[in-house]
Amino acid sequence: MIYLQLFLAFLQIGAFSFGGGYAALPLIQDQVIDRFHWMTLSQFSDLVTISQLTPGPIAVNAATFVGNQTAGLLGALVATAGCILPSCIFVTALAWLYTKYRSLDLLQGMLEFLRPAVIAMIAAAGIVILLPVFFADGQLHFLDHNFQLRPFLLFAAALFLLRKKKMDPVLVMVLCGIAEALFHVIQ
Amino acid sequence: MEKKKLWKLFLSTFYLSAFTFGGGYVIVTLLKNKFVDELHWIDEKEMLDLVAIAQSSPGAIAINGAIVVGYKLAGLPGVLCAVTGAVLPPLIILTVISGFYNLFIENAIIKALLSGMTAGVGAVIVSVVYDMGKDVVKSRDPALIIAMAAAFAADCFLKINVIYLILAAALAGILRTLYRKHKKRRLL
Repeated sequence: MIYLQLFLAFLQIGAFSFGGGYAALPLIQDQVIDRFHWMTLSQFSDLVTISQLTPGPIAVNAATFVGNQTAGLLGALVATAGCILPSCIFVTALAWLYTKYRSLDLLQGMLEFLRPAVIAMIAAAGIVILLPVFFADGQLHFLDHNFQLRPFLLFAAALFLLRKKKMDPVLVMVLCGIAEALFHVIQ
Repeated sequence: MEKKKLWKLFLSTFYLSAFTFGGGYVIVTLLKNKFVDELHWIDEKEMLDLVAIAQSSPGAIAINGAIVVGYKLAGLPGVLCAVTGAVLPPLIILTVISGFYNLFIENAIIKALLSGMTAGVGAVIVSVVYDMGKDVVKSRDPALIIAMAAAFAADCFLKINVIYLILAAALAGILRTLYRKHKKRRLL
C-alpha cells in the first residue's frame, strides 16, 4: 500500500528532524533512498538542488516531489500530510504547555545536545551528496582514475565565492550549474 | 471579525512561504516583522518564546513558526489556517516541477546544469556545517563537542540509524538539565 508507506515514511521524517531545514536531509536519505528505494542518489541530489532554488522547507519539498514521482498528486498530498502532522501535534502541545507553565528549561536543555548531533548528521549527509560528484563510482579513493577534477574545481570555486566573497548561495549554485552546462556544450 | 482574522492569517503565512528563499531562520524573522511590527497581534517578548517553541519541535522551522503563531492567535482553527497557508506554495511549486523533471531530465544540458549545481549545493552544505560546527567548538563545552564527534562517527562509519542518534542526544540533554536543576536545588 504505497499511500500508507509514503505517509508513514514522511511521518518519521517529520517527527525526527530537529533543528530546521538541513536536519531533514539524513532522514529523507534514510527513508527514501536506503529503505524504500523510491529514488536514486542522483535523483535525490537533484531534489536537494531544486529545493535550494525554490521556496519552502526541504522536507515538504521532498514529500511533494517523492509523492508525485511514486504515486501522483494523491501521493504528494499524503506524504506532505505525514510530514507536517508531527509538527502540528508537537508545536501545539508545546504552545499549550507554554501558555500554562511559561517555562521552557527542559526543552532548551534537550536542544543544547540535539544541535551538535544534528550538525554531525548534516555533515555526514553532505558527504553522501558530494562523493558521487567527485568520484565517478561514488566511492572514496585517493589519487585514482575515478577522481573527477572539474566538479572538484567547481566545488572549490563555489566555496571560495561563499566564504570569501559572501556571495548569495542561490547565485553561487546557479553559476556552478551554468559553468558545468557551458563545459558540456563546448565539449 | 474572527473569520476575517483567520483569512488574514492564511494569506500572511501563504505569502511568507511563497516568497521566502533561504530556509527557516529567514521566515522566523519575517513572521516577527509581520505579526509583531506590522499587525501588532503578538508582543515582542512573547514572540521570542514562540520562536523557541518552533525551534525546539521537530519539523521545518517555517512550518512550526506558522503553527505556533496560528495557535497563539486563534487556537486550533488558527493552526489549520496557518499550516495550510505555509504548505500550499511548496506543494504547488514542487508538483509542477516534478512534472517537468521527468520531461527534462533526459536532456543532456539540463543534466549538466543540475550536476554543476550539485557541486554548488555541496559547497553550501560544507559552509553551513562549518559555521554551525564552529559555534559548538566555541562554546568550549566538552560534552557538546564530544557529542558532535561521536554522532559523526556513529552516523558516517558505524551507519547507526539517525533516529537513534537523535533520541540519544535528546535524552542526554534532558538528563543533564535535570541533573543541573537537582544540583542547584541542593546548593540552595
